[in-house]
Amino acid sequence: MSSRYNLGPTRARKFATRVLPLIALAIALVLIPALGPSRSMYSLMNLVGINIVFALSYNMLLGQTGQLSFGHAVYFGLGGYGAIHAMNWIETAAIDGGFWAAYPVFGVPVIGFAIGVLAGGVIGWPSCRRAGIPFAMISLGVAELIASAGFILVSIFGGEEGVSGDRMNGFPLFGLNLGAISQVYWFIAFWTFVGVAAMFAFTRTPLGRMAQAVRDNAGRVQFVGYDPQHIRYLVFILSGGFAGMAGGMSAVNFEIFTPDSLSLVPSGLVLLMAYIGGARYFAGPILGAALLTYAQSNLSDFAEAWLLYLGLLFITVVLFAPGGLAGIILSVFNGLTRPGARARLVQWAGQLVAGLLAMVGGVIIIEVAVRITKGYGEVYAPFGVAFGPDSALTWICAGAMLCLGLSGLRWFALRGEAQ
Amino acid sequence: MSQSVLKLTDVRKNFGPANIIQGVNLDIVEGERHAVIGPNGAGKSTLFNLISGLLRPSSGEITLRGKTISGLKPFHINRMGLSRSFQVSNIFENMSVRENVRCGLLWSMGDRYSFWRNIGQMKEAQRKTAQILEQFGLLDRADEIASALPYADQRALEIAMTVAGGADVILLDEPTAGMSNTETTRAIAQIRAVSEGKTLMIVEHDMGVVFDLSDRISVLVYGEIIATGTPEEIRSDPKVREAYLGEEADFLELTA
Repeated sequence: MSSRYNLGPTRARKFATRVLPLIALAIALVLIPALGPSRSMYSLMNLVGINIVFALSYNMLLGQTGQLSFGHAVYFGLGGYGAIHAMNWIETAAIDGGFWAAYPVFGVPVIGFAIGVLAGGVIGWPSCRRAGIPFAMISLGVAELIASAGFILVSIFGGEEGVSGDRMNGFPLFGLNLGAISQVYWFIAFWTFVGVAAMFAFTRTPLGRMAQAVRDNAGRVQFVGYDPQHIRYLVFILSGGFAGMAGGMSAVNFEIFTPDSLSLVPSGLVLLMAYIGGARYFAGPILGAALLTYAQSNLSDFAEAWLLYLGLLFITVVLFAPGGLAGIILSVFNGLTRPGARARLVQWAGQLVAGLLAMVGGVIIIEVAVRITKGYGEVYAPFGVAFGPDSALTWICAGAMLCLGLSGLRWFALRGEAQ
Repeated sequence: MSQSVLKLTDVRKNFGPANIIQGVNLDIVEGERHAVIGPNGAGKSTLFNLISGLLRPSSGEITLRGKTISGLKPFHINRMGLSRSFQVSNIFENMSVRENVRCGLLWSMGDRYSFWRNIGQMKEAQRKTAQILEQFGLLDRADEIASALPYADQRALEIAMTVAGGADVILLDEPTAGMSNTETTRAIAQIRAVSEGKTLMIVEHDMGVVFDLSDRISVLVYGEIIATGTPEEIRSDPKVREAYLGEEADFLELTA
């Protein structure tokens, strides 16, 4: 075979782009506990791990197959409920014996995966007959249906207070009894790595590639011998499986599952994670899950309007950076390595300053407005600078910053187009 | 006469009151290069859409090697060995040229919906992809994103994807549309090479290409085939001359 026929990336490049990132992830996961994280840091990281797997599973549909789903939490929730019931069976079996006596709690994400696959297989059968907008509508309907069933079928979903379990039961795999949060970390780290590696490997299989072909041009796929509907269905099942696996991780982490976990709220949040992170890139949802989980657990403490900020961020990404965070990082990297980097850098620095100015102005207006509506006369005073709600200076300053920032962005955008 | 491969029997297609195809009978035989010509709006593309399964005939029957294919889904027909290209380039735009061709031949490699095999390790698929790319002069552009290709190369890729799966009945819908003379010559040479030993059905506007390439020609006018025959027979057919007024009739005149 001639060397001309050796298509595709070189061995070294394959290693650098496919194997190295996974090794880096594994090393990072192993080294994190050595930094001595606090308890709250551990619980944040555990949540990030769960959301990474969940967001990646969602992106198998959105980013890789071009299927917009509004009900992905259904598979997360059903997988999680399966896992929490399994944990309770393990607890019972510790006394009564039987199959579950030999099943470690460490392995319940496998149960979550199986339930997710089952749910995806059943629900996907009718809903994958349609693509695009009808599919999105069906997913919304199914989500509503399952979420309301969650409150009605008490013996399965536990009603409003949900079903709780105890992770410290059964046979401790790898010597982990999963009591302390630092032990749960290892459990989460293990399954996060398995999830990331498996879903990345999936993109490199015939089905994974054809899923991307369906996303690009489903009409043509049927003329190369593939049934696009069948491809969508298979990906849907697998995506449900990984969502269920994330649910299983969550069941062990929180030791409780409530019907809220099946609702439209987490379904919407996972969409935001995948999209803000960058649905076009494999790593996008990982970034989105990390950012949004961090923001949700920290920002929500000191900014009551954090959902408003989240909405604004989402709209900004949709309008101006459809590649999401991953797209921004990639274009900055490409922009710096290609010739003409200096001019580009000046442009970006200008846009960054203008954007920050607009953001600061906007934040001041929103925060002052939130305090006015609360009516306690509280004054917004970040870094000791007071912005009195009655002072004209507050509104003039904030308004000026917002206007200046927005005009700056507009000016730089026009300048960029002219170049 | 050789064996019939593709047979259309009284195929009709109407969209509401508009009768686009009005009773087409056609017999494509093994190994021939068969051109379908006709004025704009005669229904040539509709005919291809009916054969390839994109549209379902209102009545009539289409058979491929004796098996009925009218009413089957496009992917079923493709798996039975009939592959088509499109008049407007219809490629996977965000994928590389190499991946586009690989998508075209993946089904024939037998791994189908596999989600447990590493596609990079499928050496036979790699080798075949490279071979097809070389035949179409796309090897040097293998890693470029398909949407970034120049127009003529996108057309070549379109045909490369069509033949990649090894189908032995190939339908090409205006493969040289919008190409320059040099590009057309190159494209026809490629088509000639890849259709060797296969059955080719082609819709084409360039009469030079049609009369040079085809073994037989069918003339479609207002959804009806008014004549089928060798290039000589078509050239001297009075009905064809009547249908082709103006430029193309002059061409028939000149090449007679």
